[in-house]
Amino acid sequence: MSGLIKSSIARKVVMALSGLFLVFFLTQHFVINITSVIDPETFNSWSHFMGYNPLVQFVLQPVLIAGVIIHFVMGFVLEIQNKKARGINYVKYKGSANAPWVSRNMIYSGLVVLAFLGLHFYDFWVHEMTYKYVEFLPQDPSRYHAETVEKFAPFWRTIIYIVSFILLTLHLWHGFSSSFQTMGVNNKYTPAIKAFAKIFSVVIPLGFAFIALYHHLNPITH
Amino acid sequence: MKLYLKIWRQKDASTKGQMVDYTLDGVESDMSFLEMLDILNEELISKGEEPIEFDHDCREGICGTCSLQINGRPHGPDTMITVCQLHMRSFNDGDEIVIEPWRAKAFPVIKDLIVDRTAFDRIQQAGGYISVNTSGRPVDANAIPIKKHIADTAMDAATCIGCGACVAACKNASAMLFTSAKVSQFALLPQGQVEAVDRVQNMVRQMDLEGFGNCTNTGACEIECPKGISLENIARMNREYFSASIKG
Repeated sequence: MSGLIKSSIARKVVMALSGLFLVFFLTQHFVINITSVIDPETFNSWSHFMGYNPLVQFVLQPVLIAGVIIHFVMGFVLEIQNKKARGINYVKYKGSANAPWVSRNMIYSGLVVLAFLGLHFYDFWVHEMTYKYVEFLPQDPSRYHAETVEKFAPFWRTIIYIVSFILLTLHLWHGFSSSFQTMGVNNKYTPAIKAFAKIFSVVIPLGFAFIALYHHLNPITH
Repeated sequence: MKLYLKIWRQKDASTKGQMVDYTLDGVESDMSFLEMLDILNEELISKGEEPIEFDHDCREGICGTCSLQINGRPHGPDTMITVCQLHMRSFNDGDEIVIEPWRAKAFPVIKDLIVDRTAFDRIQQAGGYISVNTSGRPVDANAIPIKKHIADTAMDAATCIGCGACVAACKNASAMLFTSAKVSQFALLPQGQVEAVDRVQNMVRQMDLEGFGNCTNTGACEIECPKGISLENIARMNREYFSASIKG
């Protein structure tokens, strides 16, 4: 078992499994968020559940944060090791001839998504923590929809979110199906897996972008 | 045709190298790329200059010795070939051609365009074999029935010539395609089962020790492999590795 922990294959597996976990999280996050457009009441009740359920707050949330940290720390470790493995760079290297741009630039699309996560945490997570554990404000199951819509009032924030979601599409375009290859799945189902992963990579992030834009264009008028 | 060549020159492993410009006239389109370099070397020798060292052997695409990064791609612009199978008709009069050695920490330059690929030998020695005692009895591998598609897949993996183009092409200088081909050719066959657990673990450990990078599934290796070794082999090696880690 020790070999599994130290080897290059193990590092790939860590990236793949944490990535798949984040894809799963992204899906449930999207399902909840889309209700903010379809039915604000549902959005409020689901958000309240996520915000106050002890299992979500004290088990799933730390697991999610750990998943994010593991994924990006391992991403940096792999990137540094891979740069070292080349040694001297080529004078001329035609990477576009044999591999798509997205697969060669995961570190950059990942860095943009990571920077976005910083803003996203500041916008929503820090706000929630302050509301609940710093100011000790009373529970209010009706506040979430209005708070969310208000966040997207500034044009700059909406644009940053949309651009980040486009980079997330690029990251998932390679990463989602790649994680199956790492886990040893390359068989007759691979074309179907790749097709599904590509559809997911476009639909979910652009769905998030749509939600941000929708709230920007439909502010709550008091 | 007239060509403007930029070629990596390096005296020895401990000396810093650099790109040197050469102009070569009278190149025929029917020449192979290596013949073009032969002519350049004859010119250099006649001028009393040091010829350019480059690896070559069979010159018929089976030995995997000719290891040149040409215009940013291993074995040049065409696919499924080695440098000896690359012909000058793939280039035009007046072209600039950049020729470099494979670049990987695990493949140090020995001189000019020649790199030390013994890292591959050490990976192979770590487990790329089967311990079968031979005797005078005429019972050979053909006596064991193997389904054709399995035999074919094992043979496809075994066609790897160990040229190192996968490492040269990979943005991470990863040797996963080579190692996985060498694991797969045995993993698929009954003769390879006895040492399956040790084989994959030892070969992957040696691959990591040599300083190759981590695979990120870009697929560049598969595109540049002169023998068309498939990424399926990497997935198979990963499966073998998981299974061996649990059993071992």
